[in-house]
Amino acid sequence: MTNHWNDLQYADALMVIGANPAENHPISFRWISKAIEKGGKLISVDPRYTRTSQMANMYAQLRSGTDIAFIGGMINYALENNQYHNEYVANYTNASWIVEDSYSFEDGMFSGYDEKTRTYDKKKWAFKADAEGNTLKDPTLQHPNCVFQLMKKHYSRYDADTVCGVTGTDKKMYIEICKTFGATGQTGKAGTILYAMGGTQHTVGTQNIRAYAILQLILGNIGIAGGGVNALRGESNVQGSTDFGLLYHNVPGYMDVPTTAEGDLTYEGFLTRITPKAGYKINHPKFFTSMLKSFYGDNATKDNEFGYHYMPKIQAGKNYSFMRIFDAMYRKEIEGMILYGSNPVVGGPNSFKEQAAMGNLKWMVAIDLFETETSTFWQREAGADPASIQTEVIFLPACGSFEKEGTVTNSGRWMQYRWQAIKPKGESRADLEITHMLARRLQELYKNESSPAAKQMQALYWNYGEHDHPDIDLVSRDINGYDWKTKKQVKSFGDLKDDGSTTAGCWIYTGFYPENDNLSKRRDNKDTGMSNFLNWSFAWPANRRVLYNRASADLNGKAWSKERVGIEWDGLKGQWVGNDVPDFVKDKGPQDPTFADPFIMQVGGKGYLFSSGLNEGPFPEHYEPYENPMSNSFSSVQFNPAVQFGEKEMNAKGESDKYPIVATTYRLSEHWQSGVMTRNVPWLAELVNNMFIEISEELAKEKGIKEKDKVVVSTARGEIEAYAMITKRFKPYKLKDKTVHHIGMPWHFGYKGIATGATANRLTPHIGDANSTIPEYKAFLCDVRRA
Amino acid sequence: MEMNVTRRQFLKLSGAVAATLAIVELGFDDKSAKAKSGEFKIATLKPTPTICPYCSVGCGILVYANENDVVYTEGDPDHPINEGTLCSKGTTVRQVYTSEKRITKPMYRAPGSSKWEEVDWDFAFEKVVKNIKETRDKSFIHQEGGVTVNRTDAIAYLGGAALDNEECHLNHKLFRAGLGLSYIEHQARI
Ligand code: SF4
Repeated sequence: MTNHWNDLQYADALMVIGANPAENHPISFRWISKAIEKGGKLISVDPRYTRTSQMANMYAQLRSGTDIAFIGGMINYALENNQYHNEYVANYTNASWIVEDSYSFEDGMFSGYDEKTRTYDKKKWAFKADAEGNTLKDPTLQHPNCVFQLMKKHYSRYDADTVCGVTGTDKKMYIEICKTFGATGQTGKAGTILYAMGGTQHTVGTQNIRAYAILQLILGNIGIAGGGVNALRGESNVQGSTDFGLLYHNVPGYMDVPTTAEGDLTYEGFLTRITPKAGYKINHPKFFTSMLKSFYGDNATKDNEFGYHYMPKIQAGKNYSFMRIFDAMYRKEIEGMILYGSNPVVGGPNSFKEQAAMGNLKWMVAIDLFETETSTFWQREAGADPASIQTEVIFLPACGSFEKEGTVTNSGRWMQYRWQAIKPKGESRADLEITHMLARRLQELYKNESSPAAKQMQALYWNYGEHDHPDIDLVSRDINGYDWKTKKQVKSFGDLKDDGSTTAGCWIYTGFYPENDNLSKRRDNKDTGMSNFLNWSFAWPANRRVLYNRASADLNGKAWSKERVGIEWDGLKGQWVGNDVPDFVKDKGPQDPTFADPFIMQVGGKGYLFSSGLNEGPFPEHYEPYENPMSNSFSSVQFNPAVQFGEKEMNAKGESDKYPIVATTYRLSEHWQSGVMTRNVPWLAELVNNMFIEISEELAKEKGIKEKDKVVVSTARGEIEAYAMITKRFKPYKLKDKTVHHIGMPWHFGYKGIATGATANRLTPHIGDANSTIPEYKAFLCDVRRA
Repeated sequence: MEMNVTRRQFLKLSGAVAATLAIVELGFDDKSAKAKSGEFKIATLKPTPTICPYCSVGCGILVYANENDVVYTEGDPDHPINEGTLCSKGTTVRQVYTSEKRITKPMYRAPGSSKWEEVDWDFAFEKVVKNIKETRDKSFIHQEGGVTVNRTDAIAYLGGAALDNEECHLNHKLFRAGLGLSYIEHQARI
């Protein structure tokens, strides 16, 4: 989230698209309700009429996988009807920047495409610069090749008729929504966009989110209270686990991992690659070096490039993401798998195939509170023949969240402490302890060896106590970072150095433990202004509650609205003051030429309406999902041209003649993710104890299905059986030249636990987004019949 | 720093207790609860603040536990986001502890076997580190095309979204910086 939960109350309009907070983030709805009480308009955009839709002022039915069409049309409407925030767009975004003539867009394709590799040459989308390298600009926004005009042209194709023919939305309602949300473009108004996995789990997922961001930038909604682009994260610490680099392509703090690319041969070359020429990320060398120092301690010295070569280098250009792990497992390239609270047999796409691939493992370690479908993939209940599966499985019992202590980071980036209320149940242990014990034992085993593999483990600086129970305070201090010599805590990431004199396990958190107080433990709930609660816990970065808050003030540093003061320039004091920690240099005043550059992380300090960062183009463009019921109305390019395919055997594809119905998955209030922590909880298991398929009255009638009948849903991947739940919440979609049915189902079920049921992900395709490789769980084709 | 739930807050809580439960209709008698509140089992227990382990709203919860059991849990009235309220999941968090389905001993499944065996931690750890070391040593790539790469592609790591930050940090440190895994992924990808 750019903003945070309590901040939602300040919105004049809230568009929820690809999320369902009333059911999946129920308590967040208190703040949405508060906004509504104050006259805010709630807009719900969803394939299904959810409980969020029920609470909304406006509801738009949207066929799964058509967000870019929907938002593209809203961008078009705002530009055509002058709803956009002119001053913000001209000054705080890159609207005025001029793009090279090599950029073009024609019939769904941007310039620079290579069909063989399915990639673009992004250099074709560069900005025009003068001889000194300064970007050329046209402040009047009239130049035909300036970002503003290119954007206008691009989205002029997204007229309401074409959009609604693709999304299946009622046109009158669509225009009403465009008007209402577009009205937040007025100076002083705020609109927020809330999204979740309904936005990201598509082959165009990242571009969906970029489309939301572009809309918010042109309406001047980023950086202000009640605004922002807000990801409603699904798990209590999925924010933190991402911050801490538990993805193949990142180390902590969103820095790249070293690769085999030629430039990465030396630490200096690597730093040159990951450090942009301008923007706050010019400090990457300080953050990376401090991280290496935290990893390797005394074994990270200037002479050995701070231990850079101990870090694994992945193959340049190779994708090691979730689905590719199972591809590799299928090819028998992976021998062992370690799972910490992870259950891919229920949660992974095309999960029956993923489960089958696990049979190729030599060993598996599963760490969890309960038996999972994954840790028992070899059992008869799983449909397996145990005798034929040679995988050795070790299950380590983990304890629950209040049987240990530590922090989690919520969607609003608040890092909150959880104290220990009771000792771990039975012989279970904290994951922290399990990892610590593993590290100690492995270091012991490697102690007297001299292989390169041993040296890497020996180099690791593991200083969390000489006992099997780790000292968590030492871990916290390590995350924050300290001066290597004096061991004094570093106060902010501004103090980190690139010479090996400081450490920082995760630089974006530096400052949460500045001296002897761990600020994530703070419990002062006094509202310090605009519900930012600056003394409650700690928010990364630097305890900042609303990101990009410089943009909450106008060109002179005055708040756009007195009702929404983020930070303001105080000429007398010579500094930024207000209700939040400035996301800006504290004493940078009007005399500074970059005073009006609010997006400090970006090169040039502006919000990027046009960006060459993503793989399929500088503007989001609608392509149909991998499995789709109609041809693309916006171009002759049916499918995202930058999506990469994985192992063919893992990825069967269905066509609409055989599978005419659109399907999506969703979550329920009473269950959570793959169900391990809810289907094993008696009350929750009782509240929702069966798997079901939600279908419309119209489809039920067509197929002769009655409420609670057993139905079979089939896709190119397989079939599942579950109870039919017939509702008015799904309606047939009237698209351009046909009507299609749409169904939905929860994905929480599996064969273990108290409440059991068929696993929805046996049906979902094994294909992912062109940038993030998130699987396309949310839009696929199926057929339905009575069992 | 001490966590501080003051006596005042604590008293304020006893009133909120009944309301929370009544909402979810779990068979709690609101009136008699209030009448007996002076004798509540939790009256002698000190609440421990925690954060809900389910979704990312990050609601505050108070846990009342004695040495051997979690007696009661409820929404933390001092928490600025939930102000004492909880959804169905947060409300039932006590059962994450009490559920009979909890696994409390390490378990081992031998290759080809059709059942688990309960084992002790030493046995389990020995198996785990032996497997990691054997696979890693066999598959470790020191150099590739003249570049020092120090990695293994034969072990996959999954998980983290339900772990604490401190755990994520140590896991990243051990599995990437120490063991050289390339396949490190978790729920954020899916
Ligand atoms: S109580 Fe409900 S809304 Fe609050 S964090 Fe837990 S799951 Fe989310």
